[in-house]
Amino acid sequence: MGGPQVSEVQGFVTESLGRRGRVPEHLLQHLIAVQQRFGWVPPVAVESLAAELDVTRTQVRAAIAFYAFLHERPRGDFDILFSDNITDRMLGNRHLLARLAKQLGMGTHETRADGRVTLGLTSCTGMCDQGPALLVNGRAVTGLTAERIDRIAALVGECVPLERWPGDYFRVEDNVRRRGLLLSNADADGAGLRKLVDQGPAAALAEIERSGLRGRGGAGFTTALKWKFCREAPEGDRYVVCNADEGEPGTFKDRVLLTSYADLVLEGMTICAAVVGARRGFIYLRGEYAYLLPHLESVLARRRAEGLLGESILGQAGFDFEIAVHLGAGAYICGEESALIESLEGKRGVTRKRPPFPVVSGYRDRPTVVNNVETFLAAARVVRWGGYWFRGEGTDQSAGSKILSVSGDCARPGIYEYPFGTPVRRVLIDCGAERTQAVQVSGAAGTTLAPAEFDRLIAFEDLSTAGSFMVFDQSRDLLDMVQNFAAFFAHESCGFCTPCRVGGALLRNLVEKVAAGQASEHDLAELRQIGGVMRQTSYCGLGTTAPNHILNTLDKFPDIYRRRLRSADYTPSFDLDGALSEARAIAGRDDDAAHIPETLPTTAGAAV
Amino acid sequence: MSNHFTLDGRQLPFVAGQTIMAAAQAAGVYIPHLCHNPDYAPHGSCRVCLVAVGRRQVSACTTPVTEGMAVDSRCESIQANRRAVLQMLFAEGNHLCPACERSGNCQLQAVAYYTGMLAPHYPPFFPRRPVDASHPDFIIDFGRCILCELCVRASRDHDGKRVFAISGRGLASHLVIDSPSGLLGDSDFAATDRAAHVCPTGAILPKHKGFEHPIGERLYDREPISKVGDLRAHEDEVDGNE
Ligand SMILES: Cc1cc2nc3c(=O)[nH]c(=O)nc-3n(C[C@H](O)[C@H](O)[C@H](O)COP(=O)(O)O)c2cc1C
Ligand code: SF4
Ligand code: SF4
Ligand code: FES
Repeated sequence: MGGPQVSEVQGFVTESLGRRGRVPEHLLQHLIAVQQRFGWVPPVAVESLAAELDVTRTQVRAAIAFYAFLHERPRGDFDILFSDNITDRMLGNRHLLARLAKQLGMGTHETRADGRVTLGLTSCTGMCDQGPALLVNGRAVTGLTAERIDRIAALVGECVPLERWPGDYFRVEDNVRRRGLLLSNADADGAGLRKLVDQGPAAALAEIERSGLRGRGGAGFTTALKWKFCREAPEGDRYVVCNADEGEPGTFKDRVLLTSYADLVLEGMTICAAVVGARRGFIYLRGEYAYLLPHLESVLARRRAEGLLGESILGQAGFDFEIAVHLGAGAYICGEESALIESLEGKRGVTRKRPPFPVVSGYRDRPTVVNNVETFLAAARVVRWGGYWFRGEGTDQSAGSKILSVSGDCARPGIYEYPFGTPVRRVLIDCGAERTQAVQVSGAAGTTLAPAEFDRLIAFEDLSTAGSFMVFDQSRDLLDMVQNFAAFFAHESCGFCTPCRVGGALLRNLVEKVAAGQASEHDLAELRQIGGVMRQTSYCGLGTTAPNHILNTLDKFPDIYRRRLRSADYTPSFDLDGALSEARAIAGRDDDAAHIPETLPTTAGAAV
Repeated sequence: MSNHFTLDGRQLPFVAGQTIMAAAQAAGVYIPHLCHNPDYAPHGSCRVCLVAVGRRQVSACTTPVTEGMAVDSRCESIQANRRAVLQMLFAEGNHLCPACERSGNCQLQAVAYYTGMLAPHYPPFFPRRPVDASHPDFIIDFGRCILCELCVRASRDHDGKRVFAISGRGLASHLVIDSPSGLLGDSDFAATDRAAHVCPTGAILPKHKGFEHPIGERLYDREPISKVGDLRAHEDEVDGNE
């Protein structure tokens, strides 16, 4: 296998530098382009980028090693990653992966010897309402069935390029099931922007303040306050960033908003730019949604042509605002706003120290507003229809509506918009969930609810949520969920701080130990202790929320752990017999005398 | 204009903008730490310097003091969390103290003693990280690296070289060296770099200096780190140079 010609790679890098720019901030975007073109990042690309962008070769390689979708070794011509959220697992993704691997004559986590195809798993790809799903060379394929898998095996076998795969494989549905304030009458005629120009940015900000709008990305920070801080920052550049990383397992509403409501999201960003005085904005789009890029670029181009974006917006001299789309490359932590900014600057997505917060010191250390996709959409509608219109729904502390991404065990998964203050039970009824055992609200990082809590309310003052709503019926073993989430957090920890980096891996290993029937009461106490330490001491929200699902299920569903305990008290995580396997292999023995009896660790443990 | 806060019930002065760590250090109060070194920008990654402010636990090295703030550095829940964090660092790397040239002169070990960690607790990960002995004057044992990034910061911010960086993510995060081969011997690293003298553990060690002082008579064998402070103040003894 020759791999690409050096001159070809260099030519591509030169072209990319010319097109995207020669500043270190663009490193990640260049790397993603190279990865997409060649299926990996060849060493010459690393050298050329380091030389051209004034970064060290090590920094380039460190970035490649950080992002799950960048590779320093060639991947197969067809790079296939199955989405591995718990909802994909519940729909049988593992089974389908094994089926595909078998047909292709290879393992489930490897590149085939001929370099044709790579198989593997990836974190939730945001298709939970139409899973199981996979990514092939970055393109989403939804609604996988055994027949579809067999057909894919044939297409790969015949080396059919993706452009000639059946188009409906790549079809992504919106599945909007319930429309409220934001999703009904989605008139994208620029009326909000016109009102802004008529009445001025101060009036727009006052409307947002009146509306009581709070951030939809999870933390619920008051939007008007954030914009005001940025507006009042000392002179100089400011930036507006739309957080479209949507990495929380089980959420996919931002994908739908960017697909069918993109104009309103862009209008919200433009209004924000006018309020804070920004001339540049970014959409940070998760790599899993790269297929939306041409669509977004075309909406941006149309808005420029219509005078809604670019220079002198709506004919107002000095009202200039440009938006660029930057892609992520497979890192959940890049949804955290300060890690997102690091990533926008082309670096590894490691959380920044806070304070200073991004509104004070964000992109290029300048004041930066980061808001969720839905927040910008809501802001655009508030400016158009007024703060009182928005306030008319919701609760005291949670004005307006919330868009939920519903998936899991229900008849009608999809997008549901409700007024804040809606009980969980109502959502379950509407989506056709039956015999529900548990609901996971706000994603893997959120709250596990038992049936006794189904009257709790979707609202910041009760169940705060970024929108993920995963349903588990009584046929499910919730430990599967716990295993899935624990592995997710260990995989997605950025690695900066000790408790999340090490604690997350310890939790994952302990959960595996429980699942294998090897754990004791002592291990459950350890789960609690480590979870508590992570919650209290981690540097950012990823680490502080990562143990939630374990601590919640230990309290509310203790049986999923208890019924698997091997002994009451203590079992060593050190497997004596396993440790001898290397020695057995060397000695070429596998007889009884070369094994340590099964019962030994248990009795030894019980005696402690 | 008073500018006072309390640390464990004691009233202490502070200067606007100062972190809890800096104000405590100025007043001669020890708060345990590993990734902090006053010569470099605060980092906040090790989480050993946890203190309680109200019901929250924050890192003293990154949190600015505010007027009237009440900081608790001694309560049992803080000590227990610091101990747990240290236990995690010991489980993550390969820290076989009796076989380490740095034993007794190691801040990691000294801070572990200070927090009352007496034996390993979590199952060790035993990472396979080969030693780099390619440089004529220094050796790097990556198994002892706690990812504090002090060498990264010293090389970048003081030496102007960018010899070190962190690569990967999660538990696979690891220290890397900027050279064509990835080896220290091929890099711009020099024994006179500040980066050669800031490691709080035995990961970056001078060559040709085996066990000059016997274990048991070394810096932190004689006195606790809360009294004698960081290696930074004892470089001559510890690195045996100058
Ligand atoms: C680990 C982690 C992941 C996050 N992921 C997202 C995300 O995908 N999208 C998002 O809007 N906010 C995410 N957030 C929250 C952001 O940090 C930030 O609060 C939000 O983008 C602010 O926008 P808002 O005020 O409009 O909610 C995440 C936070 C953490 C700690
Ligand atoms: S908690 Fe720490 S290791 Fe985890 S993602 Fe945040 S900064 Fe990174
Ligand atoms: S080698 Fe030492 S100074 Fe450098 S990151 Fe590792 S522990 Fe810190
Ligand atoms: S010393 Fe403060 S976090 Fe490391």
